Amino acid sequence: MDAATQRRLLETMLRIRKAELQLAVMYKNGKVPCAAHLYEGQEAIAAGVCENLRLDDCITSTHRGHGHCIAKGMSLKEMMAEVCGKKTGCSAGKGGTMHLFKPEAGVMGTVGIVGGGIPLATGLGLAMKMKATDQVAVSFFGDGAANNGAFHESLNMASLWKLPVIYICENNLYATSVAVWRSTSVPNVGVRGAGYGMPGLTVDGNRVDDVYEAAADAVARARAREGPTLIECVTYRIRGHFEGEDAFYRTKEEVAEARKRDPIDYWKARLIADAAITEEDFQAMSAKADSEVAEAAAFADASPFPEPEDALVLTAKEHCCA
Amino acid sequence: MARRIRFVEALREGMRQEMERDPTVFVMGEGVGPHGSCFKQTEGFCAMFGEQRSLDTPISELAIAGTAAGAAMLGMRPIADLMWIDFSMLAMDQICNQAAKLRYISNGQVRVPVVYRMTTGRSKSNAAHHSGSFYSWYVNTPGLKVVVPSTPYDAKGLIIAAIRDDDPVIYLEHKLLLNMRGEVPEEPYTIPLGVAEIKRAGEDVTVVATGAMVNFALKAAETLAKEGISIEVVDPRTLMPYDGETILASVRKTGRLLVVDEGYRYCGFASEIVAFVVENAMDALRQPPRQLTTMHTTIPFSPPMEDYVFPNPNRIAAAVRGMIQPSKAGD
Repeated sequence: MDAATQRRLLETMLRIRKAELQLAVMYKNGKVPCAAHLYEGQEAIAAGVCENLRLDDCITSTHRGHGHCIAKGMSLKEMMAEVCGKKTGCSAGKGGTMHLFKPEAGVMGTVGIVGGGIPLATGLGLAMKMKATDQVAVSFFGDGAANNGAFHESLNMASLWKLPVIYICENNLYATSVAVWRSTSVPNVGVRGAGYGMPGLTVDGNRVDDVYEAAADAVARARAREGPTLIECVTYRIRGHFEGEDAFYRTKEEVAEARKRDPIDYWKARLIADAAITEEDFQAMSAKADSEVAEAAAFADASPFPEPEDALVLTAKEHCCA
Repeated sequence: MARRIRFVEALREGMRQEMERDPTVFVMGEGVGPHGSCFKQTEGFCAMFGEQRSLDTPISELAIAGTAAGAAMLGMRPIADLMWIDFSMLAMDQICNQAAKLRYISNGQVRVPVVYRMTTGRSKSNAAHHSGSFYSWYVNTPGLKVVVPSTPYDAKGLIIAAIRDDDPVIYLEHKLLLNMRGEVPEEPYTIPLGVAEIKRAGEDVTVVATGAMVNFALKAAETLAKEGISIEVVDPRTLMPYDGETILASVRKTGRLLVVDEGYRYCGFASEIVAFVVENAMDALRQPPRQLTTMHTTIPFSPPMEDYVFPNPNRIAAAVRGMIQPSKAGD
């Protein structure tokens, strides 16, 4: 990994972290109309995977999808304005926090139904294969989705047809309130790749270098049209399932323990130890991310809401009879 | 005399001509490959277009629907065959939550030009899991269009229109109609979505009928004509968006409405048409509108019971007589 890549990974993680913490504040202040599902602590996965992607590669994501959109190249302004329900958001307020789209950046949708994005990403891969491009598709989903029929049906098809799809299972140990050991028949989702005849890996999702390397191999394999890969990235959901949730189903000690494995702290320490950056560099990167996020938040806040009747744009004329 | 071919041949010809015209069009589904589909809808496609464009799939309805939607987002025009409408329930999330909503929630940044084909309705003792007419569920989902052809001519014109449409379209093939013969031009043509056709003009009662019920209504019309009763048979052809104007114009002419639909009546297509006419042409109605639908029961297997629960030409004729005779007596 070259020095520029090392720095970009850190910058991407910082932008995601700071955007999510800002949205948490905005939610408390009533600026975000619904309890968003925030990504704090899982940033290494979005950053590490998307660093391997081109602009014309495509992703689908989940209800916890802000980080993937940022890492794939959606502007902070459009993302935050959409999460606030504003007219200037990427979908002009029609989608919101769980339905973010930016096809020009390859963001083909974050999906509010657990597992719902997996077949869509598989279809993106099918189109790429049929059009004989060298694009790849990535499906981000959680440990909960790995127990959904959409996972099984899609991985079988993708392997059967050697589709250029990378399945990234972010195992954050909780499917809403249900711990993975209460819901999942195997200790690691990665082993399920074998059942579909595709490589199945389990990596430390809090170590961005591990995620990056695993994704690099999978993307190369997909670009060479050698087939799909399943990568389980083990991480931890630091916040509640949604903002404001009292996650009484786990102990404060467990969360505190997980916080010690912070992916940004890890990568910062690594880069400083390797003399790739200095503490001053880090502070400068952090300040830059702060100012970008502040600017985007101000933009979202100052943007107007859509007009009520905009709700029927794209609907009324075609579907309302007489 | 123009060429007469079967419904399934007309459907196949429409798909074939679109696949020849547009390389982004392809069919996918269980058995659409070398086997040529359950009712031969794609017979010969593999030899003509190759296995990739006549793509056999596992029996994975949800993933068939979802991969079709995903491929459509990147500019392909998939025709996804879910085989039976009863099986499409396994794909409801991808059809109703994803394909139907993607254009809206992306504010038009993506389009999903996919056709979901499925057979519908009764045939012979197909029983509880193979006789459904659940299309009102799709009519009830914003973002979907729903078509149900009743003739070979409509089958071809509507499949071509559905393929060329930029939104998801549910295309329903009634099993009783697949072998029906009719005049079909050889060249490609479209029937615009949302345009009804008056299949038989008449004076006394407007009978709005869908799918196989259109032919039942036309049979009933022959019987009733001998009794001096003239019915107008209106075939909406598209259930969403439906052609309310043509229905209202007919009701304004006849003053009476009977809706015959193979779906169930509660929140069904028939009840929607009755509500629509009452809301918009109450003044034109000389008596309460009526609906004739499949009885609200699971479809039984045994032939006498199966026959009992579905609408048929005799029941349509009886329902019409019931609407005519009291008022005729009063004339």
